[in-house]
This record gives sequence, C-alpha cells and structure tokens, in this order.
Amino acid sequence: MIQPHGGSLINKELPKFEKDRILDEVDEFEKIQVKISTVKVIKNIAFGVFSPLEGFMNRNDYKYVLEHMYLENNVAWPIPIVLDITQDKANSFRINDKILLTDPKEIPIALMDVDDIYEYNKKEFAEKVYGTLDRNHPGVDSVFKMKDKLLGGEIFLINEPRSVYPELDLKPIETRVLFKQKKWDRVVAFQTRNPPHLGHEYIQKAGLTYVDGLFINPVIGKKKIGDFLDEIIIKAYQALIDEYYPKDRVVLSTFETEMMYAGPKEAIFHAIARKNFGCDHIIIGRDHAGVGDYYGPYDAHKIFDQFPDLGIEPIKFRSFSKCSKCNAVVNDKICPHPPEMQNFFAGTEIRKALQSGKPPDPEVMRPEVAKVILNYKNPFVT
Amino acid sequence: MSEDEHKVEYSTVSIPKPLVNKIKERMKGTGFSSVSSYVTYVLRQVLSSIEQEERSKEAFTKEEEEKVKQRLRDLGYID
Repeated sequence: MIQPHGGSLINKELPKFEKDRILDEVDEFEKIQVKISTVKVIKNIAFGVFSPLEGFMNRNDYKYVLEHMYLENNVAWPIPIVLDITQDKANSFRINDKILLTDPKEIPIALMDVDDIYEYNKKEFAEKVYGTLDRNHPGVDSVFKMKDKLLGGEIFLINEPRSVYPELDLKPIETRVLFKQKKWDRVVAFQTRNPPHLGHEYIQKAGLTYVDGLFINPVIGKKKIGDFLDEIIIKAYQALIDEYYPKDRVVLSTFETEMMYAGPKEAIFHAIARKNFGCDHIIIGRDHAGVGDYYGPYDAHKIFDQFPDLGIEPIKFRSFSKCSKCNAVVNDKICPHPPEMQNFFAGTEIRKALQSGKPPDPEVMRPEVAKVILNYKNPFVT
Repeated sequence: MSEDEHKVEYSTVSIPKPLVNKIKERMKGTGFSSVSSYVTYVLRQVLSSIEQEERSKEAFTKEEEEKVKQRLRDLGYID
C-alpha cells in the first residue's frame, strides 16, 4: 500500500491518562475558542489525514508553501494550514506557552504548543493560494475575514470531535486496515461535493477498472450557498452503490473538511489527503474544486505536472457526456461524434429538473438517486 | 523577523561540467528556466520513486490493526 505523505502516518491523539490530566487542569491554561471548520482541521491533523502536518504551520512552512507549494522540509503541500488569532490574543501568548483550543461550545479539543506567533499579509495569502483578490471568490473572502495574526505549533488531541456521520467517519489508519483486509493494494479515490449523475458513475467505474478498489470520499462540511446538502450526497451515494456497484469493490466514507474552492491547488490538497487514506490514484475531473470562472477547466490536471514526488497518481478525466450515436457515456477523447449528439450532464439542467420536483432524464441521473433528492423540499445549502 | 529571513535557502551542489552540458541539452523545450530547477525536479522524482519502493512498510502495528478491525466490524465495513 502507498506510504503516507511524508513517510509516516501522524497520530496526535494523547493517551487517556494524559488527556485526563489535562482535563483536570483545564482552568490553568489560556484558551482559544475556534470555529467548527478549525475543529475539523484539528481532527484531520490529529488522525493523520493531513500527514505530515503535526500542527498549525509556523512562518517558515507558511512562507515555503505560499512560494513553492512545498513545506520547509521539502514535502509537497499546496495550501497553508494556519490558525488565525486576534492581536489581543497574540499579545497574551509567548513562545513555548501551552494553550487549550476549545470548540464553539467551549469543549476542550486540543492542547497546542506555541511555536510561533507571526504577522501575515492577507492579500499575499489570497493572491498566491487563489490567484485572485476578488472578494466574490468564497476562499478569498474567507482569507480577508481572518484575524490579524497567525499562531503556529504542534497540537495534541484531547477530545475527539463528534462526527456528523460517525458510521461513515473513517480515519486513515482505519481505511488502510480496511483496504488491507480487502486485499486492495491499488485504490482510486473519488472526491465529490455533489450527488452522483451517470457521468460520475462512468468515471468512477472507468477508474475502478484499472485498480483493486474505489474509495468514494464526499467532502462534508461548510459549503457555499446553492451546493447540495451533505445528507443528500451521502444518501444518494448509498442508493447508487446499493443498486449499481459491486459491494466488495467500493468503500464510502466521509472527509470532514471545509471546501476552499482553490481549484488546482485544492486538487493537490485533496490528493494528499486521499494518499494518507491509502489511495494511490485519484480521479481529477474538469474544474476540480473550482468556483465561477477563476480557473481554467483543466488547470487542476496541469498542476500535477509540477509534483513529480506526490506519490498518488491523478487519473485525469476531461468532459464526459452521453452520446446518442454511441448510446454510451463517453468523453471527448474516445467519441468522434459532434456536440449536438452529446448530452453533457449539465448541472444547471439537473438542478432545474429537481427544483421543479421532477426526476431528471434517467439517462442523466439514476432514478434511485433522483428519488433521494426529491424527498427533500429544499436539497440545497441556503 | 525581517523579509530577508523569509527567503528560501539554497545550497550549491557541484556537478561535473560535461553533465551540466548534457542536462542543458536535455532541458531544451521542457520549459525549465535553469539547470537548478531542472535538477530539483529530477531529484524530487528520484526520491519519490525510492519512497514508492518502500510501499510494503505498514503504517500501523499489528496491535493497532486488531483494534481497528473491531471498529470496522462494528461499523459493518467488514464481517
């Protein structure tokens, strides 16, 4: 099986006796209350989804990542993982302090060793990660809403945050044992934030044809208005797998993280996380993790050429469609027929049908999937 | 910390001149702007293949594996 990114799977969960000791001394620590999306980051660091990260980046890693898409120790990493704090908080901490990170309900989540407190330039962050300063880009807007200072340092998990879907919440060590148990050496990951249509099914099955197993890994977490609700994505996939997939070749599990819509750089980030889950291939489609028209449709394909040492291989798919002449789902590389013979699985058309309460054409979306979505009065994030 | 201290550090490596000339030939039409960036890319590729050869090494111990299997059974992922 593929090695974790950077060579070893990070585990920052403290043993029970140490957790208990810290929880007994809770009042002695300075605290920072973090938002839910940061709680998810802490959990992902602690259980190795973000291996080799062991905490929030210090200024050197932050700078290296922004400038080179590599960590200071020369391991590929495309997007800074940072903890922002107010100037007031920054003034109250010193290097080597141990502070407690709590969730929005003030439940202690992790202990952090303060290694660095530093300033950063929001414009530089946004420009280098997202390639734009347009506040209409949700990622850029998030950067400009960040607090003014960054805190770097190792974290130690003391309370595992509750998952929204515990039965589908597998950690990298669990997926790795599962793949080993299934005797899968080569696994292809599929990243998604949408319920599946037949085009998705086609690329997943095409990818699966060449490896031992398919790891469907929807992103669960804060998304932009108009995206599908997490619950619908999960139920839709469960319905699809039940009816149309070989059960011994597919694993469905969630990836709890916030979408950043960083396009090509997020494609690399998604690939690294899936490598840590034990996948050696990842499907990268058209405009992966994109939003609006900030990125070219195949920028997320091209960026992989800059990383000869990523380990996980992208399986790059171009646009796909249902060709009326071939009577099959095809892509532009394998089908010679003109656009007027192609049904392109247009998201807007599918949405329009669903919003009017009608199932989309069964040649575009499986009736079982459409049924799941139509059971909801409003299937979208509002 | 000053801006200068943020800059990425580099080391100089000596490469025999004939090899440098060969690299320059090989680089033509690749889009690489310098011998250094080309050599960095190639070294990353080489180190990555060495790491790939170590694939057989497990990322977990036997004890951890048994514990995880129980949870996977409880969740219905394995029988």
